[in-house]
Amino acid sequence: MSMTMAEKILAKAAGLKETEAGNIVMANIDVAMTHDLTGPLSVKSFQKIGVDHVWDPEKIVVLFDHQVPADSLEAAQNHIFLREFVEKQKINNFYDVREGVCHQVLPEKGHVVPGEVVVGTDSHTCTHGALGAFATGIGSTDMAMVFATGKLWFKVPETIKFEIEGKLGKYVYSKDVVLDIIGQIGADGATYQACEFGGETTSNMSVSQRMAMCNMAIEMGGKTGMVEVDDVTINYLKGRTNKPYEVFTTDEDAESLTTMYVDVNDLEPQIACPHNVDNVKPVGEVEGTPIDQIFLGSCTNGRLDDLQVAAEILKGKQVSHDVRMLVIPASREIYSQALEQGLINTFVDAGALVCNPCCGPCLGGHVGFLGPGEVSLSTSNRNFKGRQGSPEGEVYLSSAAVAATSAIKGEITDPR
Amino acid sequence: MVINMENMIRGKVWKFGDDVDTDMILPGRYLVLSEEEELAACVMAGHDSEFSKKVKKGDILVAGKNFGCGSSREHAPIAIKAAGISAVVAESFARIFYRNSTNIGLLLIEAKGISKNVEEGDEIEINMEKGVLEDLNNSKEFEIKPLPEFMMDIMNEGGLISYLKNHLAEIKGE
Ligand code: SF4
Repeated sequence: MSMTMAEKILAKAAGLKETEAGNIVMANIDVAMTHDLTGPLSVKSFQKIGVDHVWDPEKIVVLFDHQVPADSLEAAQNHIFLREFVEKQKINNFYDVREGVCHQVLPEKGHVVPGEVVVGTDSHTCTHGALGAFATGIGSTDMAMVFATGKLWFKVPETIKFEIEGKLGKYVYSKDVVLDIIGQIGADGATYQACEFGGETTSNMSVSQRMAMCNMAIEMGGKTGMVEVDDVTINYLKGRTNKPYEVFTTDEDAESLTTMYVDVNDLEPQIACPHNVDNVKPVGEVEGTPIDQIFLGSCTNGRLDDLQVAAEILKGKQVSHDVRMLVIPASREIYSQALEQGLINTFVDAGALVCNPCCGPCLGGHVGFLGPGEVSLSTSNRNFKGRQGSPEGEVYLSSAAVAATSAIKGEITDPR
Repeated sequence: MVINMENMIRGKVWKFGDDVDTDMILPGRYLVLSEEEELAACVMAGHDSEFSKKVKKGDILVAGKNFGCGSSREHAPIAIKAAGISAVVAESFARIFYRNSTNIGLLLIEAKGISKNVEEGDEIEINMEKGVLEDLNNSKEFEIKPLPEFMMDIMNEGGLISYLKNHLAEIKGE
């Protein structure tokens, strides 16, 4: 039977020879991630089941990234609560405040390999499908079930495959491609589907660029983002992991597959405008919008290549006096590479604030809270009302290049 | 709470639009909270910070498409349920929110056409057994899309935690 990558991975995880979209399967989980914000609720739910030990401590990863270092008494208490859980359950894969954002740290530390089922109590867990895994966000009670049994039920999704063709122009990136797609199909355009990114353009992208697209699958309702494994993936995995893995590909004649062709030859930088991610416009239409705060970072675009592009643009220039610019590398590894390459110096010299690896202002809980009437331009993935602080604030989303160029002028600016 | 699927549910409507996201239901700054009463006091704070004071036990939220989109925070459905809201009726729901709500025993109902035909303040009655929803103010009736059987079992057993307690050995394959 012809199957999609998602169907094949879920079939294997459920111990079946085959399965098809619409079936409910009980799958074995390979990696279960939780973090400082949704972890406490997951642990409390787990404790209600009445099981003493988690099913397999080696398959659980706990990580602090949303409020690090603790920014409030409540956050500090949550951290203590989770540290105790980790110690009691003998969870070795524990990253305390220093390591960075979960969706960067997990792949970086080799926890994710192709063909696995990865779940996390964070909706952007779909990012990890960039390495050919089936990765999806779940809630705390679902995680409690995983902690107790190592299993979770799934409705096998249909797959929508984006065949992306064409050459991206200068200062146009995968972020612009995925924003363009979301603008076209809408915030619920792929609800319950696996969003597979393919085509020649995807093949030419780095893992980092692929991750930015898979990251945003949830913003069109997708259950997971995925990219087929190739040499780029295999090179990325080298030296990071010694876990064995299996590679699955989508059969072209799989029944549950729909294909959408995306031509990116003439694509301009794209901006998601307030207050919905699918409110997407080419940069030209919003150029000149004054900005109060710029956030370069997050699990979407806080990776080394994003920092490199931004530093190249900001080199020898100054961030406008009207703007606060926050630069937050997505992980300690990226921070360290950025230091070595002199990028951090460039940011500091330009007048940007460089913070420790964390989620930052992405969800308005930690540093860089947006005030009433203020406007933010952010390289992250959500611009919902109130997402970065005040519900009277406004958030625009863009690539790192648009963010850096706009920082200099203090208004949304086309980098080209 | 065990939802008895034969029960009738009746309540006053609070109306919302399309794409109500989890930041609107429960803004990120409240995610440090995990107690039900605390969360109930912040319900819909991204939309109206006074909402928890206005809403009454048994009230029903009615919305457009893609209700609950955004993050995987279970704090969102917990806040709705803890505030005493008896059900959320929408044209469609986002995936993670749908799962989370079933897991904690918050009743979600998909009914096409609902958002254009029901007004804020109307009283609606949901008949789970017949699979219909009626707006008592204008007598319009809507068909309810049934929950998948597996999810119905979870709901009927009072949510995923009780379901797990009842079926643990079976699930673990022991
Ligand atoms: S960077 Fe933003 S989207 Fe990513 S995990 Fe952190 S809060 Fe979530």
